[in-house]
Amino acid sequence: MQETGSNLGIYVHIPFCESKCRYCDFYSITDKGLISNYLSALQTEIDLMARPDLKSDTLYIGGGTPSLLHYKQIGQIVDQITMAFNLDVTTEMTLEVNPGTSTVRDLQDYAAFGFNRINIGIQSFNDDYLGFLGRQHNAKQSIVAIEAAVSAGFNNIGLDLIYGLPNQSQKDWKQDLLTAIKLAPKHLSCYMLTYEPHTPLGIDHEAGRVVPLSDIRIADMFRMTHDILGTAGYEHYEISNFSRGSRWRSRHNQKYWNLSPYVGLGPSAHSCSLPRRWWNHRDLSSYMDALKSGHLPICEDEHLNQEQQLIEGLYLGLRQTDGIDLKSFQERYQIDFQLYFSRALDQYFAENWMSIDEKNCRLTVEGMLFLDRIIDELVELID
Amino acid sequence: MKEIRNFSIIAHIDHGKSTLSDRMIQATDIVSDRNFQDQILDNMDIERERGITIKSQTVCLPYKANNGKQYHLNLIDTPGHVDFTYEVSRALASCEGALLLIDASQGVEAQTLANLFLALEHDLEIIPVINKIDLPSADIERVKKQIEDDLGLDSKSAILASAKEGIGIAEVMEAVIEKLPPPQADPDAPLKALIFDSHYDPFRGTIVHFRVIDGRIKAGDQIRFMSNNATYKVEEVGLFQIVRNPSKEITAGQVGYLIAGIKTVSDTRCGDTITLDAKPCSVPMSGFKEAKPVVFASIYPIAADDYSELTVALEKLKLNDASLIYEKDTSVALGFGFRCGFLGLLHLEVVQERLEREFDQSIILTVPSVQYKIILNDGSEHIVDNPALYPDPTTIEQSLEPFIKASIIVPDKYMGAVMKLCLERRGINKNYQYLTSSRIEMIFEIPLSEVIYDFYDKLKTVTQGYGSFDYEIIDYRISKLVKLDILINGERVDALSQLVHEDRAQQRGRIACERLKDEIPRQMFKIAIQGAVGGKIISRSTVNPFRKDVTAKCYGGDISRKRKLLEKQKKGKKRMKMVGKVMLPQSAFLAVLKTDSES
Repeated sequence: MQETGSNLGIYVHIPFCESKCRYCDFYSITDKGLISNYLSALQTEIDLMARPDLKSDTLYIGGGTPSLLHYKQIGQIVDQITMAFNLDVTTEMTLEVNPGTSTVRDLQDYAAFGFNRINIGIQSFNDDYLGFLGRQHNAKQSIVAIEAAVSAGFNNIGLDLIYGLPNQSQKDWKQDLLTAIKLAPKHLSCYMLTYEPHTPLGIDHEAGRVVPLSDIRIADMFRMTHDILGTAGYEHYEISNFSRGSRWRSRHNQKYWNLSPYVGLGPSAHSCSLPRRWWNHRDLSSYMDALKSGHLPICEDEHLNQEQQLIEGLYLGLRQTDGIDLKSFQERYQIDFQLYFSRALDQYFAENWMSIDEKNCRLTVEGMLFLDRIIDELVELID
Repeated sequence: MKEIRNFSIIAHIDHGKSTLSDRMIQATDIVSDRNFQDQILDNMDIERERGITIKSQTVCLPYKANNGKQYHLNLIDTPGHVDFTYEVSRALASCEGALLLIDASQGVEAQTLANLFLALEHDLEIIPVINKIDLPSADIERVKKQIEDDLGLDSKSAILASAKEGIGIAEVMEAVIEKLPPPQADPDAPLKALIFDSHYDPFRGTIVHFRVIDGRIKAGDQIRFMSNNATYKVEEVGLFQIVRNPSKEITAGQVGYLIAGIKTVSDTRCGDTITLDAKPCSVPMSGFKEAKPVVFASIYPIAADDYSELTVALEKLKLNDASLIYEKDTSVALGFGFRCGFLGLLHLEVVQERLEREFDQSIILTVPSVQYKIILNDGSEHIVDNPALYPDPTTIEQSLEPFIKASIIVPDKYMGAVMKLCLERRGINKNYQYLTSSRIEMIFEIPLSEVIYDFYDKLKTVTQGYGSFDYEIIDYRISKLVKLDILINGERVDALSQLVHEDRAQQRGRIACERLKDEIPRQMFKIAIQGAVGGKIISRSTVNPFRKDVTAKCYGGDISRKRKLLEKQKKGKKRMKMVGKVMLPQSAFLAVLKTDSES
């Protein structure tokens, strides 16, 4: 586990999209008429949540499709956040954009607002797969978007890709990876396609209308991703995340995995300040109703006990190639990791799924493929 | 005593018995309409859900008749399913009469006949009631003809009713007064009372339901149970008026309850006679029918630690269910448990559900079996109902299995479908006769083992719900019996073994392997499932190992969700059994129970 840091991360959820992608289960709606009401609710939430006393070193505006907002509206959000929280020039400020939604002018404006990182939802460089996923752009627009971000002066660009689509071949995926490498982003997120319940794709899968790619193939693609990106100089630092060296990791996303505090603003956004986790109403009207009457739009509020915190520590720690920091694990949970879980660990070492040294215990690439199963077994050993 | 009437309502399932009971209760105002819950006597969840009565309930109705006199009507509700004939017979033994309820559109069914015969065995006066006359499909004339022809009763005395619409209820109430005889009893003779039921109250202990034949009983009496000479001091006696209503004494002819600090199950035997310790009656009541279990299966707690809890639960359940029998059992795979005997498969399901719902037990049930007779080479005869006790096949001279005589009544257009079903189940068609121009009674002799799984469901399916079924065990016949074992990664799981007819082994084995494949969660290694008879593998399937098991995405919103899932899985694992390195969920054991269907 990395040094978690006590600095705050801030996430803002923009719940609007041009259309819903078939695989996506993030909360968003397509009625853009609600944007201005949403923005005033958000303003209220920012005011209620204001923490100028805490240093915030990341701001991530995601969604949804933040770039669907007018650039001035984005600027306005940044202004409000800057007033309510303690940001400075070193803060990592990320904006998520989708190809086809932002011009170079827009991107220049984002830079002027202080954004220093752009994350682009590419998903695939193959138009057939983009169609299957229900994306609103083609591969050409993706490349234009990346080039636009570069010419607007962004140095820290991240791309999202999805693999393991039905009938996708190793070759197809390799092609996507090579295209991405050529565009030289600092960061790559490569996700296996997940059939989330209640999404159109999930429903098709449930009904047998979509046959997923076999686990063997997907596992091979995972290994290939690690190898190809590794050769190209990308560090595999979390199950699905790669960066050109540690300094280009997503500082914001690491907060999730390192149990650092973060504030989530907007509908469905999650916040954490251990031992507490809480999250907002998912649905926009409940979110706005609560704020209209001056209340925080909190849907659920958890106080984690020691065991629950331990479960999270294991799961999140082992997602990262830095793994579990044995010393801080001992301090945090009063448990000698190696001793406590020895019944299971020996098998993982023997299978070469896990490695350990004086400082850290981490999963190998093979081990990462079985993370859920491993965690399941470790959790069972907790008394 | 002339103002007492003890009676039951007997009917085929779904002919409206519970609704008629409700209406009669309402007619006497002992429950206000506002507080009335439909099917008030069916007070178990499972009874309301399935629309069946399992546990008989008694209610004493104060009723002012048209003649101006005040009466006590003791309505003893009876179960309506083929498995519960014994419960019906216990209830009937404490009655003088019965209402025979017949659905106006369905007509006489197999259980109508069976229950009528039981009632006649107890010399009960019968009042036929034709129910659901409001239905468009009602055919009163046809039912009247069936009453005359099939039942040999006078159809002119039949009352036309619709319990649902409240039609004919007043006539039914008056007929009970006028046509059913009052009890014949001597209130001054020594106490003789018949236990026909009991249930357990967590605060008061065992509540004994009884009918006073002679004499009287009151709080403070020192009573004796004649089967074991156990004595108790009566704490309370009273009447059932939906709630228990204490009274000073219960006299000859009445039905009531008593509480006497009876804590253990074994001390209350249904069918036992209660008398006064100081002044006993000379002879106990003669004969209740012994409830004979016909289906046997083992019950194990999912977590071995819960064995003692399960023991207590079964003891308590037995209080309410005299027909349940059980003894200790052990399994290599499942540890300590109980071998239980049930009246039929529905009874088994009811016990299973009650253990889970009322007693919060997580249990595993093994494949049900009938009682086989095994004759060894040395000539000795053994009763075997547990695959674990099946002897070495080389020592077996001969195996015999129980056969039933099944009576199936259907509209004749389903004759072919029923014939096919019964022949598939190794049935032999013995006879058939037209009851009316379009309804037929078919008689089959079928091995009991072939009907204990899903025969009744199948019959309902192939006859679109019109087939009715009743059976009695007739004899034992020579059979070709084998033991089908299930091996998981080469290890025999004794709790999954079953005794089957040789001709069925292949099919059962195949279906069991397929079902298990779907139920056993994938693991890191390949899991081989095999069906075997003797040393020979007759079926197999494989659960493929995981090639990956990882959640790709984990951001702010995913963490709590994943943690909750992990916590849930941890709990779920307590509900799994380890066989070697393989985890078997409860559902795997259940899946094998249902291996009889072709799908």
